[in-house]
Amino acid sequence: MNTEILGIIVMFTATLALALPFGKYIARVYGGEKTLLDPVFNPIEKVCYKISGINNKKEMNWKEHMVALLTINLVWFLLGMLILMTQQWLPFNPDHNPNMSADLAFNTTISFVVNCNLQHYSGETGMSYLGQMWLMFLQFVSAGTGLAAAAILFKAFREKTTDQLGNFYDFLMKSCTRILLPLSLVVALILVFNGTPMTFEGKDQIVSLQGDTVNVSTGPAAGFIAIKHVGTNGGGFFGANAAHPFENPNYLTNMVVMFAQLIVPLAMIFAFGYFTGRKKFSRMIFGVMTVGFLLLTLPNINMEMNGNPAIAAMGIDDSSGATEGKEIRFGAAATGFWSIVTTVISTGSVNGMHDSTMPLSGMNELLAMMVNAFYGGCGVGLLNFFIFIILAVFISGLMVGRTPEFMGKKIEAREMKIAMIIALLHPFLILVGTALATAFPAQGASTLNNPGFHGFSEILYEYTSSAANNGSGFEGLGDNNLWWNITTGFVLILGRFLPIIGPIAIAGLLANKKYIPESNGTLKTDTATFGLMVFAVIAIIAALSFFPALTLGPIAEYFSM
Amino acid sequence: MKSNNKSLFQKDLLNEAFRQSFVKLNPRLMFRNPVMFTVEIGTAVMLIVSLWTLTGSSDQGSFWYNFTVFLILFLTLLFANFAEAIAEARGKAQADSLRKTREETPARLADGRTITSAALKKGDIFICEAGDIIATDGEIIEGLATIDESAITGESAPVIRESGGDKSSVTGGTKVLSDKIKVKVTTEPGESFLDKMIALVEGASRQKTPNEIALTILLAGFTLVFIIVTVSLKPFADYANAPITIASFIALFVCLIPTTIGGLLSAIGIAGMDRALRANVITKSGKAVETAGDIDVLLLDKTGTITIGNRKATQFYPAKDIDEKQMIRAAVLSSMSDDTPEGKSIIELAGVNPLSYAVNAPRFIRFSAETRSSGIDFEQSRIRKGATDAIKRIVEKAGNIFPEEIEAKVREISGKGGTPLVVSENETALGVIELQDIIKPGIRERFERLRKMGIKTVMVTGDNPLTAKFIAEKAGVDDFIAEAKPEDKMNYIKKEQSAGRLVAMMGDGTNDAPALAQADVGVAMNSGTQAAKEAGNMVDLDNDPTKLIEVVEIGKQLLMTRGTLTTFSIANDVAKYFAIIPALFITAIPALQSLNIMALSSPQSAILSAVIFNAIIIPFLIPLALKGVAYKPIGASALLRRNLLIYGLGGLIAPFIGIKLIDIIVSLFI
Repeated sequence: MNTEILGIIVMFTATLALALPFGKYIARVYGGEKTLLDPVFNPIEKVCYKISGINNKKEMNWKEHMVALLTINLVWFLLGMLILMTQQWLPFNPDHNPNMSADLAFNTTISFVVNCNLQHYSGETGMSYLGQMWLMFLQFVSAGTGLAAAAILFKAFREKTTDQLGNFYDFLMKSCTRILLPLSLVVALILVFNGTPMTFEGKDQIVSLQGDTVNVSTGPAAGFIAIKHVGTNGGGFFGANAAHPFENPNYLTNMVVMFAQLIVPLAMIFAFGYFTGRKKFSRMIFGVMTVGFLLLTLPNINMEMNGNPAIAAMGIDDSSGATEGKEIRFGAAATGFWSIVTTVISTGSVNGMHDSTMPLSGMNELLAMMVNAFYGGCGVGLLNFFIFIILAVFISGLMVGRTPEFMGKKIEAREMKIAMIIALLHPFLILVGTALATAFPAQGASTLNNPGFHGFSEILYEYTSSAANNGSGFEGLGDNNLWWNITTGFVLILGRFLPIIGPIAIAGLLANKKYIPESNGTLKTDTATFGLMVFAVIAIIAALSFFPALTLGPIAEYFSM
Repeated sequence: MKSNNKSLFQKDLLNEAFRQSFVKLNPRLMFRNPVMFTVEIGTAVMLIVSLWTLTGSSDQGSFWYNFTVFLILFLTLLFANFAEAIAEARGKAQADSLRKTREETPARLADGRTITSAALKKGDIFICEAGDIIATDGEIIEGLATIDESAITGESAPVIRESGGDKSSVTGGTKVLSDKIKVKVTTEPGESFLDKMIALVEGASRQKTPNEIALTILLAGFTLVFIIVTVSLKPFADYANAPITIASFIALFVCLIPTTIGGLLSAIGIAGMDRALRANVITKSGKAVETAGDIDVLLLDKTGTITIGNRKATQFYPAKDIDEKQMIRAAVLSSMSDDTPEGKSIIELAGVNPLSYAVNAPRFIRFSAETRSSGIDFEQSRIRKGATDAIKRIVEKAGNIFPEEIEAKVREISGKGGTPLVVSENETALGVIELQDIIKPGIRERFERLRKMGIKTVMVTGDNPLTAKFIAEKAGVDDFIAEAKPEDKMNYIKKEQSAGRLVAMMGDGTNDAPALAQADVGVAMNSGTQAAKEAGNMVDLDNDPTKLIEVVEIGKQLLMTRGTLTTFSIANDVAKYFAIIPALFITAIPALQSLNIMALSSPQSAILSAVIFNAIIIPFLIPLALKGVAYKPIGASALLRRNLLIYGLGGLIAPFIGIKLIDIIVSLFI
């Protein structure tokens, strides 16, 4: 078999095999059971809680959870703005990088707080080491926020009727110290051994064969890159992201960081099953997500390996695939695979330029972010998927002749209202953002490098990536200006917090309702039939609303090729 | 009066519905249905655009094209209104025909005056004699009568109604066959259950049910998504230099929003109540029908529901050394004054005329709750018949021995579901009479069906636990309440409800009223007391205890019809996208011809075909909306698979075929 394909299969299977026990471990962590790491972290945590005066034992209802979540996120945002706008005068700036402008700092901080990491700057010239370390901190806590939010959902469906949904700070702290930190340490070590720098020294100098002196940016990169993937953040230390040789030195690291971005979202699905005792239900979720994932991935690997017919027509050998914008050390298959992994999961790191992938590969990357629920980001992927489950439960519940119920709780007008608002939000942000950018070409469209359908795809991609909190760029547009920084900044905030608050509100409301025991007439939500229903709801609501837009972008480009 | 076999569309109903379809175009009425309201706005815009093209402007296409789109949208609105109107008309007609029977009936007041039934007020007292039609609903305050209720129930056997007790209610329109009764009017004119029901069916006071509200939110959400999709398409298309006409925008929008379910939603709800009415059940709210579909537990009275009427004596078992004739004589004599069906059945079984025994100066002992026995005293004889422990007490009190073999027989009879009655003469036990319940044929299958629906059946009976258990097993119910007192029902309902289950029950007596009110679905029998009818949320005109089962199925059908048509409506979108999107852009971007997978003949024909399909699918589905999707008790998962296959996959494929066929016809004209 083709070694390129084999590599992908081995990597994906290994990740799956590890995700099961890791999911069990995560369920133990949120269940408050003892873990191996307790002796190390318990004392540290105790000190933190003592200093901050936080009582991590106090049970919260869903509203208190959300207040805590938003408050602490606001604090991180304000600190971030302060650091980035004054970094020139602060320590750890050996390369003497300047202060960030207010709009760029706004965009950058927001995008790291919301786990998106849309980067309108380049790490080498735009960020001090202190700034990078603050961003690294945000990469931990933003992923932790998502995981903690998912843990609230777990809790809401474990009890029969309750408004006591655990403590937010406890969930957040445990997410960071018991899940993200140990994984990141392992990944960072592998990266360091493969050549990724981890230093506080400034730029290095080499003399090339030509005799020119080249300044090479280094820095505390390995730690940053590890959490960037483990936390499904995706923000690169260097501008070229995971295509940069220091970020992703070789095929092994490429596979390791792909594992790193898949493991937590996958494990969270199984953790839900272990935590609530509904393993079959979590297998249904896994099944639907994986089918969606494969339907996007397989065509991409195929298209990228087949190469570009336009190049072949010029008489150039493209037997190694469509190599424009790709690193030879990874190859077409691994890059095609990565392009979907990074977009279905809200990582957004790139090891090749998505702008150069084939038109329909680009469409699949867009679709992955438009759906944003096939695996999805740390914790938030499950929350997004939950909304589709609610919609599917409502419609199919009626189809079996009962007023709809999910896990023994009735779905009524209030829950539908919230679910519909959240389902609406994603198309709203993407389509309205793109519409504004095309309607006012002086602001948005004029910054494009490509005219026509491809240019349209670039705009669509930028807003899709923002709304999905993905952070990857199709690039090809001059995105560091007031327009892009501010509009995408707001899309990022809305696209992050509403899809967290919505599902948690629904879960909180449902948790408070009377539990209805299952009967023969109850819709079973852990079956393949229901999975099919969820998939259909996703395909029709999430994907089809974008059909007209995709037609004018990648589809038109494909048929015009 | 039963009218279950009427065709769906009757001529006079059609005329009324046709008129109403136009009346309902009033935007203020339309506003209640967000989906169709947006279609109405689109229709208005298209009218303006077609008029605009008459001024000579040509960038929006020809007048005829625009006007055709306008006409089709207008038809879509009319179709949706028609669906609602025909459902209303059918419900009203059904209710009216029930109401007519009780209008303009003369009523003779207690003071001798005669007035029309319409003038009767709550609290008035009128008198009915044999041959009279009862003027309005009321309660007998004096007397007893046999009444022919066939006008309401269709049941020809006359029933007995008497003052006091649980059978004191009479219904307007029924006929007194014998005797004389005094009736007190219990409702104000225009406030009877039927009047309330008619109001429910009519648009003005119809409240949306909770599930209807939630579904409306879902549909409004879809509508909003497609508003965003359509509006944002304008700058996208401009950017791609592919200008789109207003007609195309509105066509795309109207096709994508769920007009099929939006147009049929209220018709489905009304039809649900109408189906209940056709089953001779008056519902006091649409919510009650909906709730019926969710019922988890059914409380059913044993007598009349599970067993046929009353117990019958089936066998005499004399004690050892007792002559059978002697025992039968005692049994017959003790039953002489006992006019309960059980008592009569004992005489029947004995086949002896009680008067053939010489009895001087008898003194009858009536049954009482304390002694739990009845009997007869004459000369030197003291004959008693009653519950085992009651007779045993009498026997042992007198210092006699209660025979072991009688105790054994009693246990044996109880064990197989019978009721033992022990007979004694002069404080000596003579033997046991076995009474047996006869289980209704076919009831086991009905309970099996309920079990597959996920509904637990509970039998309520006054029998002892042993007997109750036997009958419960024989009839196939899941649980039973033995030796039930009214408060036991209430407690059982509360217990199930606190575990989160929804409970339905049927009742007629005043002492059932609290339980009827507590139950999620309480069906009161029309023959029951006014208190019971007020407490329940449905009234069954047939007084048929098995009606609950039908009510549950009607509720399930109602919800399923909503769900399946929603699925169908949304699945249709896929084909409509593939019809309209290529049509929008093909002129500017010829490469997109490859997306035209249905090979529709031209952009204009494609758009017209999609809009036409969207319009005519509504009248096509009206019969389904009115009749409801068939419910099959095959378990939820199998049901979901079945409906997904029919309405999901069907909804995916049908429009591809439909739009293509319409396009072939339309292309002949363009």
